[in-house]
Order: sequence, then structure tokens, then C-alpha cells
Amino acid sequence: MPERRPVAGEVGVSIALILLALVSLWESASIPVSPIYARVGPTVFPWIASSGLLLIGVLLLAQALRGGFGVEPALAVDWRATAWVAAGLAANAALIGSLGFVFAAIALFVCVARGFGSAAPLRDAAIGAALALASYLGFEKLLGVNIGAGVLEGLL
Amino acid sequence: MDTLAALAGGFATALTPTNLLFAFAGCFLGTAVGVLPGIGPALTVALLLPITFQVPATSAFILFAGVYYGAMYGGSTTSILLNTPGESATIITALEGHRMARAGRAGPALATAAIGSFVAGTIATAALTFFAPVVVELALKLGPAEYFSLMVIAFVAVSSVLGHSVLRGLASLFLGLILGVVGVDLQTGQPRFTFGMLELLDGIEVTIVAVGLFAVAETLHLATRRRHGEDEILPLQGSLWLSREDWARSWKPWLRGALIGFPFGAIPAGGSELPTFLSYYMERKLARKPEEFGRGAIEGVAGPEAANNASAAGVLMPMLTLGLPTSVTAAIMLSAFQSYGIQPGPMLFQTQGELVWGLIASLYVGNAILLVLNLPLVGLWVRILKIPAPHLYAGILVFATIGAYGVSNSVVDLLVMYAVGIVGLFMKRYDFPVAPTVIGMILGPLAEQAFRQALTISQGDVTTFVTRPISATFLAIALLLGVGPWLWRALKASRAARA
Repeated sequence: MPERRPVAGEVGVSIALILLALVSLWESASIPVSPIYARVGPTVFPWIASSGLLLIGVLLLAQALRGGFGVEPALAVDWRATAWVAAGLAANAALIGSLGFVFAAIALFVCVARGFGSAAPLRDAAIGAALALASYLGFEKLLGVNIGAGVLEGLL
Repeated sequence: MDTLAALAGGFATALTPTNLLFAFAGCFLGTAVGVLPGIGPALTVALLLPITFQVPATSAFILFAGVYYGAMYGGSTTSILLNTPGESATIITALEGHRMARAGRAGPALATAAIGSFVAGTIATAALTFFAPVVVELALKLGPAEYFSLMVIAFVAVSSVLGHSVLRGLASLFLGLILGVVGVDLQTGQPRFTFGMLELLDGIEVTIVAVGLFAVAETLHLATRRRHGEDEILPLQGSLWLSREDWARSWKPWLRGALIGFPFGAIPAGGSELPTFLSYYMERKLARKPEEFGRGAIEGVAGPEAANNASAAGVLMPMLTLGLPTSVTAAIMLSAFQSYGIQPGPMLFQTQGELVWGLIASLYVGNAILLVLNLPLVGLWVRILKIPAPHLYAGILVFATIGAYGVSNSVVDLLVMYAVGIVGLFMKRYDFPVAPTVIGMILGPLAEQAFRQALTISQGDVTTFVTRPISATFLAIALLLGVGPWLWRALKASRAARA
């Protein structure tokens, strides 16, 4: 018989689901309904979906408290790699509005590559630039999809 | 012979130079994403959704179908040479395929996978051609209540069959259903779940959720566990020609694989993993040298590879005839139909005959293209496989940015995608399947529509779903799928306890 101890992370995830379901129930209750549609109106399906999630969340919580979901224990987190990837995503979001897609993509590319163990940021920047320019031109010229004008894009 | 005439018309559509080019581009791209771990057909089709604003529907769907089929071919290359499945549908291929590659027989493994995929893909496409019109006839008789119950089957199937736990699968599904509610209600015009934000009135973009879950979450997940091992790519050894013995041992598994794969794809029981497992166990049972299984038996590659391609064709059947997607890629294709203002379903064959038959014909063409792409050109894909992980994942995130930011140029969309990615990271870490979220989000609004239509017809009487016999049957099947795995486990446990 395996040990029946609560698994902290899984309890947290279950509680998050329950909270989400409660928010969702609250929102369902606040959908304005005109009396004509009272019977099969816009709220019925949200009620079903939210109460369903609530029920599942409670069952999962019970499972987590009574010894866990029974999945393999998660491996230790590699915080350094995760932080680099997160930094890349943040830089991308911060730069894309001002400097434009190409520069933001280079920053993203270098950070993520670094996170996954690359040790040559200059080479990564070159590859990232080539990829960003190629996809910018490809999407812009071939598909007419505009991926964010910026400093460099204005010149092309 | 209506079907043959329609198919001939389809070939006329599919063989125009433009559409051939789209088929080729789709197959090429599909093989590439199939080969690359961490990026799959669902993500690719989601990223390609913006082209629906630019090209005619027929060409777009020929491209998407090429990606879908191509990924099935490409995934096997990765499974065989790298032991990391390129796609979930090729997990089983890795079992025997990788052992064959270790024993210096990568060539025959790749060959039996590619030829088997071609044979089974073509058989299954033929089955699609001839069965689809029959299903359409039946589907025209279904009312909204039956449709709703059918969708319930699909929901339960994707949640309970795909993951390791029914509960976590359902949690993921309900999450998707709630995401699908966000936006203006189409029937009454009431805003729902928008938290007063104007950006949410149009609902949440499928692309953003799909790309967030499949690209951002996947990359973050891999980053969190990066230290835990890298895989080694095995060299391409052995002739790509199958020996007489290899042929003799392959052709029956191909045919059996096609027979298992197509129906499993076609019934809404979720995905292509299950038929590959079934095919593998069947081949192991039937093999003349079962002791070779586990040490690189060619039957263990031939059967599952045939099954996964046949199931890909099978998935298109409920998708085209009922508008019912049973895989994530199909669900995203469904949302592409919606962006053209086309509602897939039985009427599709009448109103969009050229599109449907052009698409079906292009599947035959695509299979032929893919055979050529994957056998003589396999060296190219081996080179793609050598893209270092840092550049691969950095590149995936650059493309993810295009997917979220490209159409709207809104940083809010980008941040929403990141948020979805973080949620997805937790889902992956705690082993919640992500596919039900995407399917729930896309199919949810359609299910709600059918639900409300059915209730309007029955004047609000909810028993309509169980008093109409077909609808009741569907719901019973759904119930069985939901509690089946539980009962099975309980039964096994009690038997084990007695023994």
C-alpha cells in the first residue's frame, strides 16, 4: 500500500480549478437574461460547464488529499533554463510594440537558445535575425499578414 | 457511380497547378513538423490559420490536409532514429523501430513505415471516399438532440481515452468549454464571461489558445526539465530497399493496420494513439517470430505506422460529414471552416461539393507526394532532425509570436497566449491532457447551439435527449466510454484481489 499523504502541488492545482469554477459560476449568474429566453437562454450552458468543473475540481481535490493523482513524481525544475525562457518571452512582449517584430524576435531567440544551453549568443542573434527577417518577409509579402511594423520593418 | 463522378471532379480540382503546389507545400511542411519533436500538425495548422484570409477555401484545406498527413509520415522518422516520438501517434513505432535502427536496420524500418503509410493511407482514403456519402445520408436524418448527444460522445471520448485519468481529462474538457463560452452569445447578443473587457467580446481566438498550449507551454515544460537527458540521433543505416523477407513480413501488418486505423479514426473515440497500440499488440500476437518483438521486429513498425495513417483519414470522415472533430488538428481545421463562414456537416457535400471532393482527391495525391518525400528524400529530414534544441525551441517561440501577434498586432493577445502557456505548463506538469481543452473550446459552442435548438424544439423539455431513441443510444455510449475505464480497472482489481 503506498503512503496516503496529500501532494502539495496537486492540492494547489485542484484548488485553482475549484476557484476558477466558482468565478465561472459567479459570471454565469451575472449574465443578463431577457425573460423571453428564460428557459433555454444563454446561461444554461455556462451553468453546466461551470458546475461540471466545480464537481471535477472537488473530486480531484479529494484525490490529491488522499495520496495524489498517482502520476510519476515531477522532476526537479531547472530554474535557470526556465528563467531564461521566461525572460525571452517578457523581452519579446516588451519590445514588439516599440522596436518591432524583428528586434523583439532576436531578443526572444537569444534568450530561449541560452536557456536551452546554447553558449554562443552572437551566433544565436544572427540566426534569430535571419529567421525573423525571413518569416517577416514571407508572411508580409506572400500572405499579406502584417506582423507588427517597427524600426527595421519601416525600411523594408 | 455518383461517387466516382464526384471524385473525378475532385481530381480536376486537386490537380490544378495551384492546388498541387498547396498540396506539395502542405506535405513538405507536414513532414518537417512531424519530424521535429515539440511541434506538430495541430500547432502548424493553428499558425497557418491566417491564410484563410488570403487564399480560397479549397486551397487552404488542401494545404491543411497535407500538413496533417505529412506529420504522420514525418513522425515515424523521428521515432525510429531518435527514440523520441515526433508525434503522439508514433510512440509505438519507437518501440520496435528504434531497436531496428540500433541494430543497423534503420533503412528498412523507415521504408516499411513510409510504404505502409502509403498503402494504408490510400486504402483509408478510398474508404473515406465511399463511406462518407453513406454517412451523409444517415447524418441528414439527425436532429439537434442527436447532434448534441453525438458531441457528448466526442467530448467523453477525447477526455477519457486520450489521457491517463478520466477526471483530469474531464477537467481539461470543462476548462475548454468555459473558454468557448467567452464572448457575445450568438443567439441573444448577451456578453458572457467577458469581465467587462471589450477585447473579449469576440471570444478568445483559437489560434492563441492552441499556440499557447502547444508551443509556449511545451517549450516552458521542456525548459523546466532540461537537465534530464538528451537523445542521440542514430545514423541512417541499412538499405532503404526492403528485402524479400521484409516485404513478406510487412504487407499483412499494413493491411491489418489500415483495417484497424480507419474505423478508430472515424468513430469519435479520439485520436490515433489507440489504433497504433491495438495494431502493435495484434502483430505481436500474430507474428511468426514473437521472440523478435522488443528486439526490432519489422511487423511492430509496419502495423502501427499503417494504423496511424489510416486513422488520420478516418478522422476526416466525422469531420467532413458531421462537422465533428475527433482530434485536435481536425478541431482546428473546423475553426478554419468557420472562418470561411462554412459550417461542416452533412450539407457540406451539397453546398461545397467542389471543396469536399477536391480535398478528398488531394488526399490521394498527397499520399503519393509523401511517399516520394519520405523515401528518396529521407536524408533531408535526417538533417532537419539535427537542428540543435536551443535553436529549435527558440524558433518555435518566434513562430508562436507570429501566430498571436500577426493578425491583431495586439500585445494583449500576446500576453493572453503567455498566460495560456503558463496554465498549460501546470497542466503538463500534473499530467492533464491538453487536447480536450482545445476540442472543448472549439466544439463547445456548437454543442451549445445544438443543445438550445433541441430544447427549443422540445419546448424546454430536457427529457428530449433520452426519449429520442438515437439520442439516448448516443448518450448511453458516452456513459459507457466515461465509466468504462473505471469499471475495467475495478474489475481487474477485484480479480487480482481474489487471485
